[in-house]
Amino acid sequence: MATTPQVSGTRPPKVRQRRAGNPVTWVKSGGLTTLLFALPLIFVFTIFSWLPIIRSVIMSFQKTNLITSTWVGLDNFAAVLRDPLLGTAVLNTGYFALLALVLGFPVPIIMAVLMSEVRRGKGIYSALAYLPVVIPPVVAVLLWKVFYDASPQGVFNTMLGWVGIPPQPFLQSQTQAMPALVIEATWAAAGGSIIIYLAALLIVPPELYDAAEVDGAGIWRKIWHVTLPQMRGVIFVMLILQILATAQVFLEPFLFTGGGPVHATTTILLLIYDYAFTNSLGGNYGMATALSVMLALFLAALSWVYFRLTSRWSTS
Amino acid sequence: MTQTGFSRAPELVLAPESDHDSEPLEVGRGRLISWRERRRAGSLLAADRSIISSAERRQPGVRRTLRFVHVFLAGSLVLVGLGPLLWLAKSAVTPTQDTLQQPFRLWPNGIDWANLSQAWNDIHIDQYFFNTVVIAAGAWAFQLLIATTGAYTLSILKPRYAGLLNAMVLATLFIPAVVLLVPLYLTIVNPPLLGRDFSLLNNYLAVWLPMAANAFNIMLVKRFFDNLPRDVIEAARTDGAGPFRLFWSVVIPMSKPILGVVSVFAIIAAWKDFLWPMLVLPDPARQPLSVRLPAVASQTELDVFLAALAIATIIPVVMFLMFQRVFLRSAGLGGAVKG
Repeated sequence: MATTPQVSGTRPPKVRQRRAGNPVTWVKSGGLTTLLFALPLIFVFTIFSWLPIIRSVIMSFQKTNLITSTWVGLDNFAAVLRDPLLGTAVLNTGYFALLALVLGFPVPIIMAVLMSEVRRGKGIYSALAYLPVVIPPVVAVLLWKVFYDASPQGVFNTMLGWVGIPPQPFLQSQTQAMPALVIEATWAAAGGSIIIYLAALLIVPPELYDAAEVDGAGIWRKIWHVTLPQMRGVIFVMLILQILATAQVFLEPFLFTGGGPVHATTTILLLIYDYAFTNSLGGNYGMATALSVMLALFLAALSWVYFRLTSRWSTS
Repeated sequence: MTQTGFSRAPELVLAPESDHDSEPLEVGRGRLISWRERRRAGSLLAADRSIISSAERRQPGVRRTLRFVHVFLAGSLVLVGLGPLLWLAKSAVTPTQDTLQQPFRLWPNGIDWANLSQAWNDIHIDQYFFNTVVIAAGAWAFQLLIATTGAYTLSILKPRYAGLLNAMVLATLFIPAVVLLVPLYLTIVNPPLLGRDFSLLNNYLAVWLPMAANAFNIMLVKRFFDNLPRDVIEAARTDGAGPFRLFWSVVIPMSKPILGVVSVFAIIAAWKDFLWPMLVLPDPARQPLSVRLPAVASQTELDVFLAALAIATIIPVVMFLMFQRVFLRSAGLGGAVKG
């Protein structure tokens, strides 16, 4: 392409029309080479992103096996909404998200603030905090499954024994399974959040602390009135990202409990997976996509809010 | 916060690094300040300070508290961050009964090194390990190819359809990955235009190509390209460099920092992925570690299984220790990888 990028925005419309009309000029001005660079992106996005997204919406109104599809209107949505497991799955997913917020969300913020205040050892602390993130998630879950062994000699039960607490059933209990999953998930993800908050803490302008001190603020009031307000953008973005991720939680319930005991940890994604892939007679792809589309609409609205707020936050 | 194994949630961009320019740049919605530059700038602006001032640090009460914070951080991070890994390393070479009966005793009945070789040979960790490496390497290559050529088109060549293309790539960030699961699976089972009998099942392309359709990578690299010094690019063009030459000899060599970040993301994501490879690679001989480990768990003796888990953990941990700075910088500026 002969024109410079600076010019391309303000190119006079006359030139534009002449180009569009003449394939020879287009090739000569490098249009073909440009297309060659664009092609890999267009190819993978068309086949593996744009078409499947469209297909997902279409399939949610169809009954599909691998050979033929028939239109069934809203039947799939109705079938999903009638499924007695749907309510359980939505409640369980919401419970997981809520527990993850209560147990896991404040911890990385507190750790990052503490770590930013120590003068020595920040590097080694960051590395230690990040280690669980490096462990492959599947390995982490399988290892924690051993930790959660319900026998009195299990790893966690032994530790509880040291402080005089009797052995707990953990994953085998309907009430304890979900918190157990959330604790592992928090452990696995906290390191990443800590690193992000540490980076955000570096961007707080030091003048603000100086000014607060002139006004007589102590350490707590500086944290409350300077640090946290300065970080609220990052904190909000992390909140949305965490909700997006927890709403699609799959790995932990799938590997820890398979949704049990008695559906106590069946999440929405597990339900979608069951619709599509565990039926030996061929998956019910219509119901699976219908539920996916409903979840996606909810999450897309959330990410839209996230996008709006991040653009405002980072340009302010 | 958790990995769904399939999630490509929109990620937060704090600060793509720019090595060529020490001025903080305001571009688009990303504020471009690298960690290193921030430190440099910080040391110029004021004495390196944080919430607690140096005057406060001299007060005995604050000093005591800070010492306590040190002890608390060291204790909790070693216990929570390192503890599980150390326990796994110990148990990998401990006989099953010792691990079950006395999980915290150090080798009451001796060390069982044979666990490791048994895991490697008898449950074919060697092969799954190799599969994992191949999957990660291919995912890395395809993601770099698509991200660099795509960003080059959108940022530097800028054809008339660039705006539309950019919008369509960005739009996929708003679509949660869960929507793709079923239709993408059916696309792999029977790709369009290639006839009824053609299938990508059990083909590694089925993992590599969908991973390469990653809008986040393209955004990250495009933003970096947007900030490359335009005079260098114009000078190369004036000297007669064509689009290929400009790409290979000017743009790519100037973009090593961001390519490092994308590489880390690509390899980690491929190493972690579980649900997608499980669906599209039904043949056990083709599956990576993350898919095989849960599958063999029930038929494997605990000590050998823990040895297998330890082997699967070694490479990522060693990679992290070697490239700690790249990892932590990527994590800091790329947002939570996989949520």
